[in-house]
Amino acid sequence: MIEVKGLYKSFEDKEVLKNIDATFEAGKTNLIIGQSGSGKTVLMKCIVGLLVPTAGELLYDGRNFLKMSKKERKLLRREMGMIFQSAALFDSMTVLENVMFPLRMFSDSSEKEMYRQALKCLDRVNLSDAGQKMPDEISGGMQKRVAIARAISLNPQYLFCDEPNSGLDPKTSLIIDRLIQDITKEYNITTIINTHDMNSVMAIGEQIIFVHEGTKGWEGTNKEIMKSNCQPLNDFVFASDLFKKVREVATEDIK
Amino acid sequence: MHYNIHNNMIKALDSFGKYLLLMYRVFARPERFRRYFVQYVREMFQLGFKSIAIVLLISVFIGAVITIQIKLNIESPWMPKWTVGYVTREILILEFSSSIMCLILAGKVGSNIASELGTMRVTQQIDALEIMGVNSASYLILPKIAALITVIPALVIFSFSAGVFGAYCVSWFTDTIVTSHLQLGMQYWFQEWYVWCAIIKSVFFAFIISSVSAYFGYTVEGGSIAVGKASTNAVVSCSALILFADLILTKILMG
Repeated sequence: MIEVKGLYKSFEDKEVLKNIDATFEAGKTNLIIGQSGSGKTVLMKCIVGLLVPTAGELLYDGRNFLKMSKKERKLLRREMGMIFQSAALFDSMTVLENVMFPLRMFSDSSEKEMYRQALKCLDRVNLSDAGQKMPDEISGGMQKRVAIARAISLNPQYLFCDEPNSGLDPKTSLIIDRLIQDITKEYNITTIINTHDMNSVMAIGEQIIFVHEGTKGWEGTNKEIMKSNCQPLNDFVFASDLFKKVREVATEDIK
Repeated sequence: MHYNIHNNMIKALDSFGKYLLLMYRVFARPERFRRYFVQYVREMFQLGFKSIAIVLLISVFIGAVITIQIKLNIESPWMPKWTVGYVTREILILEFSSSIMCLILAGKVGSNIASELGTMRVTQQIDALEIMGVNSASYLILPKIAALITVIPALVIFSFSAGVFGAYCVSWFTDTIVTSHLQLGMQYWFQEWYVWCAIIKSVFFAFIISSVSAYFGYTVEGGSIAVGKASTNAVVSCSALILFADLILTKILMG
């Protein structure tokens, strides 16, 4: 479980995050949603430690991330996996080497065991045949799946996904969403997904935080979103005609 | 005008401070020597061995041209017969193979390092390393510095040998100079210390090329235009610093 308490982040004079409180539970797909520029990426970067918050607390299963020593933080990082918007695969390495990289850096296993673990992770994302390919030889969806395989290679406790569906077609997006959700349940990890893809919100949003102008605008599940009275959330989620129609049908069904 | 100079000085000091902080991270104790060693060997091949052809090509031609120029412009009946060989050898050892060759390598290798690290930064590969808990500065930059410090002195020796070969080619294939006169000059009053001076200078230049280019690449912010700009800035800064260091080192070593 990750808890965010009274988090603030400013860049010079501009306050980007204001008093964010949130709890992200293990075994659930926790989503951070919001418009572009709302501060959701800054929030994610603060949580993973790529940015230092101006004030507040970050608790990883009760351990205060911001008060940890360098060594403790380094050890905690080994419990984290992250999937970036661009997949961020190392382009000088093959797919298999990418998945083996965290193992080679941090595991004391033999090369053979690491190889076996990497193959297992690739098999988990249905890419066992792509091990010898270079990242630029595979599609965007496959790159995202390799990134997932790399993220889970060290059996992480926390998984962070920054817009994992960006640049993917709806069908591939759904595959990636389901894969992340299955892995979250299977390993009982705390997963935080930063997205503005409404299909993901509806499909896997077990816990959703809506960030609006740097503050927590709303919190709930994908089912509760339909009944929400939060105007900025409704303006954001039901911006398209399709989702407006979906909401109308759902409201009529409830009636 | 005054304001601009003041601003530029502040900027330069700020950059120097950031460079020192980056170097502090680079020279942190490596966690996995084996992984660093693999990277070191890879960098020696990428940055050093792949530069051998260009170094040999340029050195052979410059060696030949220096011989012809000295013969045409300096030699006279009043000068001893060994003048051409002697001057050619001294120019090659003292300036061309150590300093000018490093300026050329600053263009080739420096831009390579800056663009590689810059691209890794903008495609979030460096962020991926940081999230994993890898000291990205040390893992990416230290092997490059070590590789260049190892390889560049060897390239300097190759360059000198190729330059001498170029000079001999002039005597073998043209009637510009008699081989025995050239040989006499090449052997006349040979100072072993000058070769050591060239090697010592090249070690400093190798450090400048690798660390300064890495600084510009590692600290890129933005997209492809920023990567291009960083690459150009790296080459310009390396060249200026090499010339400045050349002046100081020559004074210290020979003065």
